[in-house]
Amino acid sequence: MTDSELFEPVIIGFTCNWCSYRAADLAGTARIKYPPNVRLIRLMCSGRLDPTFVLKALSDGADGVMITGCHPGDCHYLNQNYKALRRYRLLRRVLTQLGIEPERVQLVWASAAEGLQFAEEVLRITEEIRAMGPLNWPTSQNLDEYFDGDGVDAPEKMLVPEEVKS
Amino acid sequence: MNEEARIGVYVCHCGSNIAGIVDVENVAKWAAEKLGHRGVVIARDYKFMCSSLGQELIEKDIKELGLTRIVVAACSPHLHEKTFRTAAERAGLNPYLCELVSIREQVSWVHTDKIAATEKAKAAISGGVERIIHNVPLTPLRVPIDKSTLIVGGGIAGIQAALEIADAGYKVYLVEREPSVGGHMAQFDKTFPTLDCSACILTPKMVSAGTHPNISMLSWAEVTHVDGYVGNFTATIHQKPRYVKTDLCTGCGICQEKCPKKVIDDVYEAGLGYRKAIYTPFPQAVPKFPVLDKPNCTYFQKGTCKACEKFCPTDAIDFTQKDEYFDVKVGNIILATGYDLFDARRIPQYGFGRLANVFSSLEFERLSNSAGPTGGTVVLRDGVTTPKTVGIIHCVGSRDRNYNNYCSSICCMQSLKFAHLVHERTGAEVYEFYIDMRTPAKGYDEFYQRLLEEGTHFIRGKVAEVTDAARLPGEEGKLIIQVEDTLVGKQRRIPVDMVILSSGLEPRHDAKEVARLFGISCSADGWYIERHPKLDPVATMTEGVFIAGCVQGPKDIPASVVQGAAAAARVLGRIQQGEIALEPVRATINADNCSGCRICNDLCPYSAIVFHEDKMVSEVNPALCQGCGTCVAACPAGAISGTCFSDEQIMAQIEGLLLLNLKQPEAAVS
Repeated sequence: MTDSELFEPVIIGFTCNWCSYRAADLAGTARIKYPPNVRLIRLMCSGRLDPTFVLKALSDGADGVMITGCHPGDCHYLNQNYKALRRYRLLRRVLTQLGIEPERVQLVWASAAEGLQFAEEVLRITEEIRAMGPLNWPTSQNLDEYFDGDGVDAPEKMLVPEEVKS
Repeated sequence: MNEEARIGVYVCHCGSNIAGIVDVENVAKWAAEKLGHRGVVIARDYKFMCSSLGQELIEKDIKELGLTRIVVAACSPHLHEKTFRTAAERAGLNPYLCELVSIREQVSWVHTDKIAATEKAKAAISGGVERIIHNVPLTPLRVPIDKSTLIVGGGIAGIQAALEIADAGYKVYLVEREPSVGGHMAQFDKTFPTLDCSACILTPKMVSAGTHPNISMLSWAEVTHVDGYVGNFTATIHQKPRYVKTDLCTGCGICQEKCPKKVIDDVYEAGLGYRKAIYTPFPQAVPKFPVLDKPNCTYFQKGTCKACEKFCPTDAIDFTQKDEYFDVKVGNIILATGYDLFDARRIPQYGFGRLANVFSSLEFERLSNSAGPTGGTVVLRDGVTTPKTVGIIHCVGSRDRNYNNYCSSICCMQSLKFAHLVHERTGAEVYEFYIDMRTPAKGYDEFYQRLLEEGTHFIRGKVAEVTDAARLPGEEGKLIIQVEDTLVGKQRRIPVDMVILSSGLEPRHDAKEVARLFGISCSADGWYIERHPKLDPVATMTEGVFIAGCVQGPKDIPASVVQGAAAAARVLGRIQQGEIALEPVRATINADNCSGCRICNDLCPYSAIVFHEDKMVSEVNPALCQGCGTCVAACPAGAISGTCFSDEQIMAQIEGLLLLNLKQPEAAVS
């Protein structure tokens, strides 16, 4: 078994109250199975998604974030999912600049009737993030481990990969 | 963090629905131990939290232990959030200090690994606990309900709903897109299983609706825009020009008589008959005023004619009428826009549109209708020959993965009715080709038995093809139905003179656009989604918008009438309450932090944010705000906060879900 198969990613999912949360409910009612890696947060609308929520989730230990909303044109609040889409595009560029694979954050449309599609997307995203491996967002705690607590040659350790050094 | 938070956590077994996968006792124990430092005072598990005993348990704890926050880990908040919030309120707690965490729909029902499911349930509860620390007491906004109702669609479901509400003494606007109300039912001759005349039972209702003082009948009109929210909708109605002044027209019909232009009537007569360019679709049409069909009118196309104007005894013809748009204010909306018939041309092997004597079900309805193009005589497409053998094919476009997976529910009974009418009118041999015979309602199976006794041949099998290519003696000049008879277990070729395709029902071609207009959702098949498939079949997820009849799914006339009446009852309940409590999910702007950048102003889909030029700050109108939270997420100054879904609540929930709250005490100890 490889490391990526052993690794169980933690994914935070943001769902909109009207479509995707109900899709998740429908997946449950229909007993459709999907991996237990996603933990959902209900918002009223994908337009409520502040990009800092995503950064917060990643910095607090999530390996990926799944954002779901109503299909374009089907928004309960007329067109706020388009605003979510705009922010999502910008957010992915910011993630790239921070050195984080933008694929760790994915936007998915799911209507209230798409329980099966919702489950399939969870499976797909879980497997993609599993393949990417842990995010290892630098936090004060794991930075200490990285620096062996001395912190003196930290920049060198951070920048030069092991194989190049040896 | 609120230092005084005393939180109760309640984990539901839901029988074995949750407890079968999630180790609920372990979860409750874990919550009490590990989340104690976050304010969890008590954590219990119980067989059915939603039962009255379960609710009493929570109420008792609130009173005796002085709980200030409640987290219930059970089913989806869409099911029981209200139950537990009401229980909390009974015990003297503000209902918005109670949160539901879904560990059934999102955990036990979708996962099979018991350990992983239990861990996920713990994370969900931890998220709920962190979140509820930041909940604040809220009061729902109470708004008055406008007593008028908008009903869209004047078929039998819409008419029924309109009459129920109007009879109760409240105003109804009944909008119909065609020139007359009546819908599909007005096209039928007989109704199953009683075989009573469709027009005889429908037209009195149409007349009642047309003359009712509380009903404004707006036919030849469509709703183009809807604004507002439950209790206070504003609908913009587009009145298409009739070119007839309704205040002068007496409905005498002379204009129709004198109009020289004959047009094939594709809508009402299913293409089998003609109407004039100025017409009422059928003699009993309500309202009685005709409509002038501009693209087919000789005057509009060539500039001369005006026969209708010349002969009209009351000078009611007005060629200068224009499209009119006006607003109506209503408190509730009922959508009863019905269905479209499956177009059998999409199944080329059945030959509809290619082989002359293949008829659609609607064509046969008109053929057998005594007011139809043949006066009720069942004849072949040549207009004279009486068929000697007739084949009726069930499930055309239904229960077929190439077209629609669902059962259209009315076609078996409709086919049996056709078989009876063919027998009665022509004495022909009738063959019914069915997959399964579905006769589930009152008197339906008795009707099937009657047809068996009348000598109809029932062949169980899906028809492969209808062809005019004769191969065997006796097949010349006939339509041959190729079918596998699954009861006998062999292929059969049955020559007939006439084929009737019992087409299924489909959502209206524009159902999606209409759903968007009213802010409701469609199922994957395109039918409108009810709030609950069993317990709330006429409400939708959008407060104040109800559905009735086939718009919710295929159904027969009795079921459509039931839904029309049910939707009316729901609306009447609302009207009688006088006002409605709106969920206090709202955005508010802290004027001290607002920089006046106005970014939020344009983001609001309801124009609920106004900018005060004098103070250079924006403000949210709470009655217009629907609580989507887009402005909250967008405010660069963080000046906007959203109740029920505040930044603090969501950030805390993220931490809880990621179980960061467990690490902190260890770090503090070391």
